[in-house]
Amino acid sequence: MRQPDLELIHLTKRYGDTVAVDAIDLKIAAGSYCCLLGPSGCGKTSTLRMIAGHEAASEGDIVFGPSNITDLAPAQRGTAMMFQSYALFPHLSCIDNVAFSLKMKGVDKAKRRARAAEMLDLVAMGRYGERLPAQLSGGQQQRVALARALITEPQIVLLDEPLSALDPFLRTKMRVELKALQRRLGIIFVHVTHSQDEAMALADLAVIMKDGRIEQAGSPRELFNAPRTAFVAKFIGGHNVLQGSAGAFAVRADRLHLSRPGADPDASPRGRGAGLDAVVRSVEYQGTFVQLTLDGAGSEITATLDEPTYDATPFQPGDPIAVSWNEGDVHPLAGAPSPPATSRPQLAPA
Amino acid sequence: MTNLAQPSDAGTAAASTALAATDAATAPRAARPRGRYGWAPPAWLQALPMALVFALFFVLPLALVAVVSLLDYNDYEIVPAFTLRSYSETFEGCYDQLPGLCTILKTYWTTVELCFAVWAITLVVGFTISYFLAFHVRTLTMQTVLALVCTIPFWTSNVIRMISWIPLLGRNGLVNQALMGSGVVDAPVEWLLYSRFSVVLAFVHLFTFFMVIPIFNSMVRIDKRLIEAAYDAGASGWQTLWNVVIPLCKPGIVIGSIFVVTIVMGDFVTVGVMGGEQIASAGKIIETRLNALQFPPAAANAVILLAATLLIITALTKVVDIRKEL
Repeated sequence: MRQPDLELIHLTKRYGDTVAVDAIDLKIAAGSYCCLLGPSGCGKTSTLRMIAGHEAASEGDIVFGPSNITDLAPAQRGTAMMFQSYALFPHLSCIDNVAFSLKMKGVDKAKRRARAAEMLDLVAMGRYGERLPAQLSGGQQQRVALARALITEPQIVLLDEPLSALDPFLRTKMRVELKALQRRLGIIFVHVTHSQDEAMALADLAVIMKDGRIEQAGSPRELFNAPRTAFVAKFIGGHNVLQGSAGAFAVRADRLHLSRPGADPDASPRGRGAGLDAVVRSVEYQGTFVQLTLDGAGSEITATLDEPTYDATPFQPGDPIAVSWNEGDVHPLAGAPSPPATSRPQLAPA
Repeated sequence: MTNLAQPSDAGTAAASTALAATDAATAPRAARPRGRYGWAPPAWLQALPMALVFALFFVLPLALVAVVSLLDYNDYEIVPAFTLRSYSETFEGCYDQLPGLCTILKTYWTTVELCFAVWAITLVVGFTISYFLAFHVRTLTMQTVLALVCTIPFWTSNVIRMISWIPLLGRNGLVNQALMGSGVVDAPVEWLLYSRFSVVLAFVHLFTFFMVIPIFNSMVRIDKRLIEAAYDAGASGWQTLWNVVIPLCKPGIVIGSIFVVTIVMGDFVTVGVMGGEQIASAGKIIETRLNALQFPPAAANAVILLAATLLIITALTKVVDIRKEL
C-alpha cells in the first residue's frame, strides 16, 4: 500500500498580533526527508509543532493522506516528535523511556519492555537499556529519543533541531544514521534545522523559510543551482549576490574566474563573460579549497578556488584582481536584493 | 601551497612551545588545592564551622537527652544512676492490657492519626497549589508574587493565627450562626472547635506552606518539554501527572513531608489550644512531664517520639519509592 503524502494548506499561526507562520502551502511526498530551514524566528519550529499537534493552527489545514489531522491530539495523528535536547524522562531508564507510550496505552510490562528492547536494538542501544539518561552521552541520548519516537510506529517523524546539541564530529555521524534510518523505514521525516549543511546532506525536500513564509522549496540541488531570491542565495551559501543592470543576480563562489588585471582575458577559457574589478581583502586556506574575500564595486565577493588554480596565481591581500564569470552561471534573482547582509555570505564547498 | 602553509606551521610550533612551557609551570602547583584567589583551605577545614555548629546545637543536646532519659530521679532531683525506669514506667501495664491499648499507646496512636490526616491534606493541598504556581502561572513575576501571597499567614504569630479561628468556629461563631441562620442545622455544631477537626484545620492552615515550597521548588525544575513529550506519547493529563510530574517531584514531596510530620508529631501548643486541652498527644506528654520537673521521663518520651517520627519518615520515603515498582 502506498504511504500517504503530508500536505499543509494555508497553514497559519498567530501569537497575538505576530504572525509566526503566514499561510504556507507545502506538499511533502510520502517517504521523503523534508528539512525546514531558516534563521531563528522564521516560523520553522512553529510549523513543525503545528504538524506535531503541540501548537494549534490559527488557520489552515494539515492533511495526511485522506484525513485532516489539524485538530487531532498528537498521539492520534500518526506523528511522533523528537524534541530538541531530547526531553528524555530523567527518572526512567532507557528501556522505560522507550516503552513509555506503550505503558500509556496499557500494554503489559513484559510485552512493552520486549518491544522497547527491540527498538533500542534498532538504534544500536540495546546494551544500555537499564541506564538512566544522565548516564549517557549526547549521541546515545539522541538514539534513545529516536527509539522512543519510533516505538509508536509513526508515519511521520518530526525532529526539532535533533543534531544541534552534538559536537561537530558526532553531528556528521548521526546525520548519516538518521538518513539511513529514514530510508529503511520509508516514512516521512520532517527535520527543523538552521544549518544549511544539514539540510543539504539530508533533505529530499529542503524548505527555506523567512518571516513565516516559504522562500523556496525544492531539492537541495535545485536550491543551490537555481536560488530564486537573494535571501535563498545568501542563506544556502556558496553564492555571491551582485547587482546588475537587469536587477540582482547570483553567481556561485566556485564559478568565479580570477585573474590579474590587464592580463589578456582571452587567455582564459572562462574569461568571456561579465566581470568587475576588485581588491583582495583576505585569503584563507581551507584544506580542500582556498577562499578569497574580495572588495569589489561596493560589495563583498567570496571566491573559492581549488589549490592548483590558486597556486597558478597566488593572490595576496591588497592585490588588485579582475573577477569574471560566464553568462551561463548567472542566476537572476526575484525581487529587490536584501540589504547588505550583516554577515558575509556563508560558503559551502560545491 | 608552500607560501600559505609555512607561516602557519611556524605559528603552530611557537604555540605548542608556549603551551608546553605553561604546562610545566602549572604542573607542580596543581597538586595543592587552589581556589580562585590562590590558596584555599583543605576541605575538612572548610567543613569545620558547620560541623561545630551541628555538633554543638544538634548532636550534643540530643546526646544529653538520651543520657538524661537513662538517669534515675525522685520527686525533686535527678539521681546520677543509670536505670531504664523512665522507659519501663512509661509503658507500665501496656503488655498486660494487650490487645487493648494502654493510655500511652493510645496517645501515640492519636498523634499518629492526627499526623497522618494533616500530612495527607497538606500534601494534596500543597501539591495542588504548587502545580498551579509552576504550570499555570506563566510569568516569573506572577509566580513570585503568588508565592509571597502564600507567606501572608506567616506575617502574624502562630498563636494569633490559631486564636483567630475561635470566633469563626466557636459555638456562637460565624460558621454556626451562618449554618443556623440558613436553617441547615437546628443546634450549634459542636465538633467545629476544640475537636480533632479544629486541630487538623489549624495544622493545615499553619503548615501547608511547608509543603508548597519544596514541592514547588522541584516542580519548577521540570523541563516543560517533558510534559509535551508525555503528551506526544499519548499520555492523558492524569497519566502525565502520575508518571512524570509526581516522580520528578519526589524530592520535594519527601522534604515537605519531613517538615510536616516532624512538626505535627512534636507539637503541643496547637493541639492544646485548638483541642481545648482535651486531646492528648505525644508532645503534650513531654510538656506535662517537664512542667512537673520530671526530666528523665520527659527525655525518655522525647527519645520515643524521635524514634516514632523517624519510623514514620522512613515508611513515607518507602511508600514514595514503591510507586516505581508498579
